[in-house]
Amino acid sequence: MADEANKQNGAEGASPAERAKPDPPGYFEGESMTRRHAFTVASQALGGIAGAAIVLPAVGFAVAPIFHRGKERWEAVGRVDDFVEDTYRQVVFTETEGIGDAGKTTAYVRRGSKQLGEDPKQMVAVSNRCAHLGCPVRFVEAAGNFICPCHGGVYDFQGKRIGGPPVRPLDQFQTRIRNGQVELGPRYSVTSQLEPVRARDPGEFTGGIWEYLYPPRPSTFPPPSGS
Amino acid sequence: MKLDSLIPAPLRKPAKPGEGNGAKGPAPADLKTSPPERPSDAQRLGERAKDAPADVLAWLDQRTAASGFLTGMLFRKVPKGTNWFYTLGSATLFAFIVQATTGVFLAMFYTPSTTQAYASIAHINNDVFLGAFVHGMHKWGSSVMVILIFLHMGRTFFFGAYKYPRELNWVIGVVLLILTMTMAFTGYLLPFDQRSFWASVVGININGTGPVLGPYLSDFLRAGPELGATTLSRFYAIHMLLIPGAIIALIGAHLYLVVKLGTTAPPWLRADRPKVASPTSPLEGGE
Repeated sequence: MADEANKQNGAEGASPAERAKPDPPGYFEGESMTRRHAFTVASQALGGIAGAAIVLPAVGFAVAPIFHRGKERWEAVGRVDDFVEDTYRQVVFTETEGIGDAGKTTAYVRRGSKQLGEDPKQMVAVSNRCAHLGCPVRFVEAAGNFICPCHGGVYDFQGKRIGGPPVRPLDQFQTRIRNGQVELGPRYSVTSQLEPVRARDPGEFTGGIWEYLYPPRPSTFPPPSGS
Repeated sequence: MKLDSLIPAPLRKPAKPGEGNGAKGPAPADLKTSPPERPSDAQRLGERAKDAPADVLAWLDQRTAASGFLTGMLFRKVPKGTNWFYTLGSATLFAFIVQATTGVFLAMFYTPSTTQAYASIAHINNDVFLGAFVHGMHKWGSSVMVILIFLHMGRTFFFGAYKYPRELNWVIGVVLLILTMTMAFTGYLLPFDQRSFWASVVGININGTGPVLGPYLSDFLRAGPELGATTLSRFYAIHMLLIPGAIIALIGAHLYLVVKLGTTAPPWLRADRPKVASPTSPLEGGE
């Protein structure tokens, strides 16, 4: 009954033709939904907001590590004189802090070779992480190749793939020389032409269209500029 | 009434007033031949004690109305030809219960920290009373569960039990299979020895080879660009909190649909068809 009275009030200014048309029950003049419907929508919206206020932070918390890049880390692995240009020396250093031995990784380090068109003042540090699925490869001196024990991946002296299932050359580490010490920095991946790109996980192609199919992750460091 | 004789007394529907003989008390015929002796207090107490379990169940049933559901579930009809192959689903459920139980007790000793995980597993295996046994049950039981799931899946497939109207239950079963494989994957890292570490590295890298989203999935699983300090606790949380809850909920839905829809007869039993009017029907074969 109250509805009826309100409707009368609201309809006072309407023309006779409009007044003659009966409104559906429960509607006010000129309104598109009933009170009941308006309250249903409002309470559902409030429930949605309350749910989102809980779910969104939780999801954000869970996926945040994808967008977080850790501190750049450099570690000295030996004197410059310790390394030569025609063979590698194996060094072990910490790539991930806080997890003890599990955070250590192995690199094969040498000086840049003039014969291969590299800068002799630069150091080359090749990661032992196979580009197939991440097994540890080993540099075999007699063959001059890196060989993976898991699925038979073979890489040449520079780390380019020459056999087996790997999809790209071996990763490398940034190098620099400080106070006569060789220091190794963040990991980066290379294309088949040894051009540096952001670090990719094993099994992911690099270069060309693959840069879009396996996009660079925000958690990795930019590659060194110029080689 | 015929069904009633199969049902344990406390689960039976109580007789309506004025119906039946009330189930208790001597029959009226006895009354005539020999007047009953008045039972002593001790006897009466004994009688009442005997009824106590039934009374408790009746009290529960009156408040939950569970007996209707339980009789429907426990005394449902199964088709002719039901055989041992039909127990593979229950066997899988049993394997899951073993995993859940042993897992809870292992969690009481396990430390999901990269520096202490291996030592805590060694402690379980070497020092804790029956620790190696419980750990072994969990470790080998996981393989048993995966094998049983595949046998159960094969039974469902070869018996045609995935067909209408049971497609949804097949879909739920496949989701349960995927969740179980995720359990196996995340559980493998927890001992944190060389084998589990490198197996997880390879597994995460296989996940990463999916185009476009793969690299981000790897980062999500590792909680960073490299396997790090939080990877283990992340796997542990997924292994013992996230997925078991989902598995329990889906097993509930799976069982509900089994009870609701019933099971199928094995395919080698032909359905009893009424004789069809047309003798030329190709379906009738040589006859």
